[in-house]
Amino acid sequence: MFNYSFLPYVMALVIFAIGIYTVVCKKNIIKIIVGIVIIDYGVNLFLILIGYRTGGIAPIRTADMNPDKFINSSVDPVPQALIVTSIVIGVGLVALMSALAVRLHEKYGTFDTTKIRKLKG
Amino acid sequence: MTVYIMILAAFVIFASAVAVEAKKLLSTVISVGAAGMALSVIFLLLGAPDLAITQVVVEVLCLVWLIRATGEERDVTFETQRDRFILAIGLGGGGVFITLCYFAFQSLVDFGKPLMNLSNQYLQHGLEKTGAANYVMGVLLDFRAYDTLGEATVIFCSIIGAYAVIRKVGRIKNAGHDVNS
Amino acid sequence: MQGMTLIVKQVTKLVTGFIFLFAFYLILFGHLSPGGGFVGGVALACGFVLLVLSYGKEYVNTLIRDRTMVIWDCIGALAFLLIALLGYFGGVFFDNIWAHHGKDYTLLSGGTIPLANIAIGIKVGACLAGVFVALIVFHRDLDLAKGDE
Repeated sequence: MFNYSFLPYVMALVIFAIGIYTVVCKKNIIKIIVGIVIIDYGVNLFLILIGYRTGGIAPIRTADMNPDKFINSSVDPVPQALIVTSIVIGVGLVALMSALAVRLHEKYGTFDTTKIRKLKG
Repeated sequence: MTVYIMILAAFVIFASAVAVEAKKLLSTVISVGAAGMALSVIFLLLGAPDLAITQVVVEVLCLVWLIRATGEERDVTFETQRDRFILAIGLGGGGVFITLCYFAFQSLVDFGKPLMNLSNQYLQHGLEKTGAANYVMGVLLDFRAYDTLGEATVIFCSIIGAYAVIRKVGRIKNAGHDVNS
Repeated sequence: MQGMTLIVKQVTKLVTGFIFLFAFYLILFGHLSPGGGFVGGVALACGFVLLVLSYGKEYVNTLIRDRTMVIWDCIGALAFLLIALLGYFGGVFFDNIWAHHGKDYTLLSGGTIPLANIAIGIKVGACLAGVFVALIVFHRDLDLAKGDE
């Protein structure tokens, strides 16, 4: 009764759920950064899985290829273009978070968020 | 081919779980690196060579930054007390989310048969309109060039934010000493 | 931060040329084979990171100033905007003029696409290398500032 063809989608969202659990429940700043990176992986994988065609070829065309065969058997190029953008934005995100983590460690001496949370007047 | 993709996705899940629960910070960073490399092989199997190269190179840079951020606390093992309430909420919420997704996916297209309403137009007329044989670059820089302009702006802003955070002294200290009089 | 041992420095001298050559290939031929401006830019930044890590902080301090990477970053972003405004010669904002000037599947057949790839490659490479240099090379300790008061 169940068709198991959407099992890869569920695995991509399990990666996303592990990332969200890390961001919510962990107290170390480096682990929170790693959680955001894992969320990034899960979302990128999910969007590429949507555009996949079984037995398909990459959307790069060479001179000796039949045009009709190319159109009928290539995977979707639009999600791939948007996810290239998203991966490079993820790099900028990790750069900004690492800079913040370095400054926090210098000022407070620890990575523990329960100790950083005390506001000093 | 789907079986290979699922085996590699299971490896990514396992590496992420190890990264989350490791006791030393260096183990966490290395496990995330391993997950990224496996993800790059998944991208290659899914027919996206651009993305595979991008993921590998980006993973190397992220490892360098994260190892710099951990600093001297690389080998420290820490034991913290687990707050049971927040743990239950986190795990319960994750379980509810996955169950709801399972039911929502019944109405998604089957895996392996994409809709491609828009991409058929791009694939048919792509070479004669843009002149690029790599259709991903043709979509990025000709059909959807506004998104690329927006992305360049986002990277610019985030890097300026990183520069502003790492600055040595702030503006108040530069201006004089009469703030804390 | 000191540089690494002599073996690492010699191997870096041999390998870095190939890394930069591969990055330029990815940028220039982005419209004919897998690659593009983003990948080439990140690979450029990685080659630069290798040079900085193997030769040490003091040596790099003598070669580049604080603002070198920021200036290249701004040049790349402005070049990309200029290429977008060039499209007005064809009637629309981002129009691909000069498309199909050469034969298909050669370097000149892409029109403004290789030029946009070069601009994005310079921008992304200078961006990421600049953040790395700011985090590792130019970052000074806060203890010096506390000692002044």
